Amino acid sequence: MRWLSEPLLAVDHLSMRFGGLVAINDLSFTVGRGDITALIGPNGAGKTTVFNCITGFYKPTSGRLALSHGGPADPAAVATLTRSDKKRTHGATPELFLLERMPDHAIASEARVARTFQNIRLFPGMTVLENLIVAQHKTLMAASDYSLGGILGLAKYRAAEHKALELARAWLEVVGLVERADDPAGDLPYGAQRRLEIARAMCTNPVLLCLDEPAAGLNNRESAELTRLLRGIRAQTGVSILLIEHDMSVVMDISDHVVVIEYGVKIADGTADAVKNDPKVIAAYLGVDDEEVAAAAAGSVRP
Amino acid sequence: MDYFVQQLINGLTLGSIYGLIAIGYTMVYGIIGMVNFAHGDVFMLAAFIALILFLMLTQLLGVGSLGLALLVVLVLGMALTSLWGWVIERLAYRPLRGSFRLAPLISAIGMSIFLSNFVQLVQGPRNKTLEPILSNVLVIPVGDGSVTLAEKQLLIMVVTAALLGVLWYVVRHTSLGRAQRACEQDRKMAALLGVDVDRTISLTFIIGAMLASVAGLLWMTYYGVVSFSDGFVPGVKAFTAAVLGGIGSLPGAVLGGLLIGLIETFWSAYFTIDYKDVAAFSILAIVLIFLPSGLLGRPDVEKV
Amino acid sequence: MGAPADALKRALIVGLVTLGLAFPIVALRTDANFSNQLVLTQRWGLAFTLAGIAFVAAFLLALVRPVGFERTTPGKTVTSTPPHPFLRYLPYIGLAFLLAYPFIALGISSAGGTGVLKLVDTYGIQILIYVLLGLGLNIILGLAGLLDLGFVAFYAVGAYSSALLTTTFGLSFWLVLPLAGILAAFWGVMISLPVLRLKGDYIAIVTLAFAEIVRLVLVNWVPVTGGYAGISSIPKPTLFGFSLGSEPGSLPYMLGFPPSPIYRLAFMYYLVLALALAAYWVTIRLRTLPVGRAWEAMREDEIACRSLGINTVTTKVTAFAAGAFFGGLAGAFFSAHYGFISPKSFEFLESAMIVAIVVLGGLGSMVGVAIAATVMIGGTELLRELGLLKAVFGPDFDPAQYRMMLFGLAMVMLMVWRPKGLIATREPTVRLKPPATRGAPAAVPAE
Repeated sequence: MRWLSEPLLAVDHLSMRFGGLVAINDLSFTVGRGDITALIGPNGAGKTTVFNCITGFYKPTSGRLALSHGGPADPAAVATLTRSDKKRTHGATPELFLLERMPDHAIASEARVARTFQNIRLFPGMTVLENLIVAQHKTLMAASDYSLGGILGLAKYRAAEHKALELARAWLEVVGLVERADDPAGDLPYGAQRRLEIARAMCTNPVLLCLDEPAAGLNNRESAELTRLLRGIRAQTGVSILLIEHDMSVVMDISDHVVVIEYGVKIADGTADAVKNDPKVIAAYLGVDDEEVAAAAAGSVRP
Repeated sequence: MDYFVQQLINGLTLGSIYGLIAIGYTMVYGIIGMVNFAHGDVFMLAAFIALILFLMLTQLLGVGSLGLALLVVLVLGMALTSLWGWVIERLAYRPLRGSFRLAPLISAIGMSIFLSNFVQLVQGPRNKTLEPILSNVLVIPVGDGSVTLAEKQLLIMVVTAALLGVLWYVVRHTSLGRAQRACEQDRKMAALLGVDVDRTISLTFIIGAMLASVAGLLWMTYYGVVSFSDGFVPGVKAFTAAVLGGIGSLPGAVLGGLLIGLIETFWSAYFTIDYKDVAAFSILAIVLIFLPSGLLGRPDVEKV
Repeated sequence: MGAPADALKRALIVGLVTLGLAFPIVALRTDANFSNQLVLTQRWGLAFTLAGIAFVAAFLLALVRPVGFERTTPGKTVTSTPPHPFLRYLPYIGLAFLLAYPFIALGISSAGGTGVLKLVDTYGIQILIYVLLGLGLNIILGLAGLLDLGFVAFYAVGAYSSALLTTTFGLSFWLVLPLAGILAAFWGVMISLPVLRLKGDYIAIVTLAFAEIVRLVLVNWVPVTGGYAGISSIPKPTLFGFSLGSEPGSLPYMLGFPPSPIYRLAFMYYLVLALALAAYWVTIRLRTLPVGRAWEAMREDEIACRSLGINTVTTKVTAFAAGAFFGGLAGAFFSAHYGFISPKSFEFLESAMIVAIVVLGGLGSMVGVAIAATVMIGGTELLRELGLLKAVFGPDFDPAQYRMMLFGLAMVMLMVWRPKGLIATREPTVRLKPPATRGAPAAVPAE
């Protein structure tokens, strides 16, 4: 129940409308620090829209997205920050961020929320290694004195680049792509591209990793590997993971906390076991993919 | 007051021509997402074809009736210009379909350079001036004064309106229009459902060229002067019109064309003629910055 | 087999279509007579000849490739093959050739070829100006993927600012050169700000519109720019205060060289070569810096960039500023070299040529830019020389127009033939393993 006792991100009365279409309606849930949280729901429920709001690609119509670094947020501090016109605190512990006020790149670089995409978005013409170096843009940019020192080849930049390469190599080892490091990312097979995208997101040193359908298009063996990979990443780095997933075997297997939404409204919220026996969830999934729900409810792994 | 109404008439005339060219841009952009940079030069070529056909009919074949001559020029010009449109698409754009995104645009720029220099080569670099035709004017009293409406201005507005009606019918109520709209939404899916995508795209280029042909004829009738370099500026302005109206939207292209025509005319009438193009281009920039989807275009939600 | 019959049928269609295309526009030429009326000249022979040529060409082509004219659908665009070893030495061979070029030109001309002045000026300096421009646009278009169809605006800003600063304030060329670059970079920032929110083709059109605005201001702001008359008598650059002409007091005169315009020309040649090499070197450095990698990443996927914390706004602004800087340098050099500038030199066609050079070179490839500039500019200049064309089209025929027509056609054909440009392989900015050991056991032990 870390999502109640030690929340990292509090999604508070989030709504998102596109013209007349209500994609998310007054949605509230929390993501626990160090948890693997799954956001599930039938197609068109608004899961990716929630992601896009959290990562700043959409500006929510209303609602608050409060993220805290280094400890649970004090409600009074969040309220104070909300009343001010500031985006974040500076130098407070815990450090607070109001994501709905921040531009997408600042959410990644300052609030340290990284994400992957439903349709993989690598830099296909650049090599696997370069993909991971680009992800360390912020650190390297500072070390290059915003290009002025870097262009002259100062030692400080060379040292920083060396460190970046070491980090990249470490992540390549985690996802098993060292051998492909110098190949264009677009040449990798599908499953490897998914793993690379996760490694790239991790190279930004996030506190929250948002994965949009990481198991989509993977076969059973690859799905099982993915599950292992995500567990390993969390164990190693302590990063909290929020994921959207349709593969119920993956969701039930690794999630500490499951949030179910339908038509932009939350219908269930709890542990995997609690959620899969929730009649509202079963109803929501019936007619959509009942086989999967039945399998999940029975607690069995999909054949 | 009468000065204002007079400028309104002049602006709408010019705007009708821009609108006709703009439709060619907007339809092609809608269906393959490409700025057909050579379209302005197709328009220029069409003006030349109209001029030559007109001279051929009146001088070589001795057609006496102006109305008959213009009708033949209209029909034959449309046929010949659409042949050009078809060949250009076939040779310069179709092989590049599915290639990287800049390739068709570069090819179109090359085609634009080719066409203007080709016309310069075969027709000579000098301006071609035709004696004025259809210059009888109707004098309409307005307030204290009066404004003039030339026959050719009337012709331009009537022809434009009639063509738009036909086009509207084609796009809304024929299988070609349905195929076009399907290709706009999702080309791959349209192909899977049995739409002949290549043919639909070809026909889109042909329709665009036909409208450019009419615009060329009207331009030739209105100004009586045409030069090989006349493709670029009207082309850019017509594209501006398409963007202003919302690219991909047919009524938008017409509305944009009329607005650009009016802005240009009023700017010249009330400020300075030197900077009339600056005004048109500045509007393009301002519209794109503050209203990226144009006046009638659908807002473009970024897909993440 | 019905192959020849099919080919004949196909060729017949092509011939008829060509005839249709040629019918009014080629077959009937309009000319004004003495009373300024338009009359038609009939040239049916020419139209039928063109149709005949198309027929024969199509027939032969159809026999060679009976399947059809279209290429098969392009396959996967990503290439992972390492670059041809020759390509790795090409820059060095090229550099040696460029350094020796004025002497080679001297050799050619003494062997009875074209005059050395022309070889150095038209082929050497002119091509290098385009290389410099191409390297500037390469940053914006090749690396950052922003299609700037108005690059000529930066060229114009550089040329006019340096011309005005030298003629009205008497500033030295060496001071004005960096100033022109900085001013152009400033304009790059100004122009990039409104286009930041735009995508793809919209950027192209807005930059084109801006360049037209710049040109129209140059044309109409007569008190400052001189309008169409332009600015003339722009002073020539000096070397440490010494003139490089042949008049008394100049450096060659004092060194006792015989009077000749070649010294200044050679000096200007090495100057523009130095500028181009500097641009080359700076781009190489920038590519390995975070800003350069962010440019390339933005070209590949802008949304992914933003998800990694890259501020794409500043990334675009820096790309425009850096590219415009080189455009400004090229402009300053251009005005100093020719001594005269007018809006005629900064029309859309120039932008189109620079874009063509960058795209045909292969987006992002600097060696490609150099090759494409040589082929496109040198090739079209060569066409000017061919007396043969005059023989075909009559003595009053101006080869310059023919040249641009072929230029446009070449752009289309090169795109169809090689949409990814001449050099389509991309050299990574960093490697985990040295390229020599690729495939072999890793040189760096993987623990």
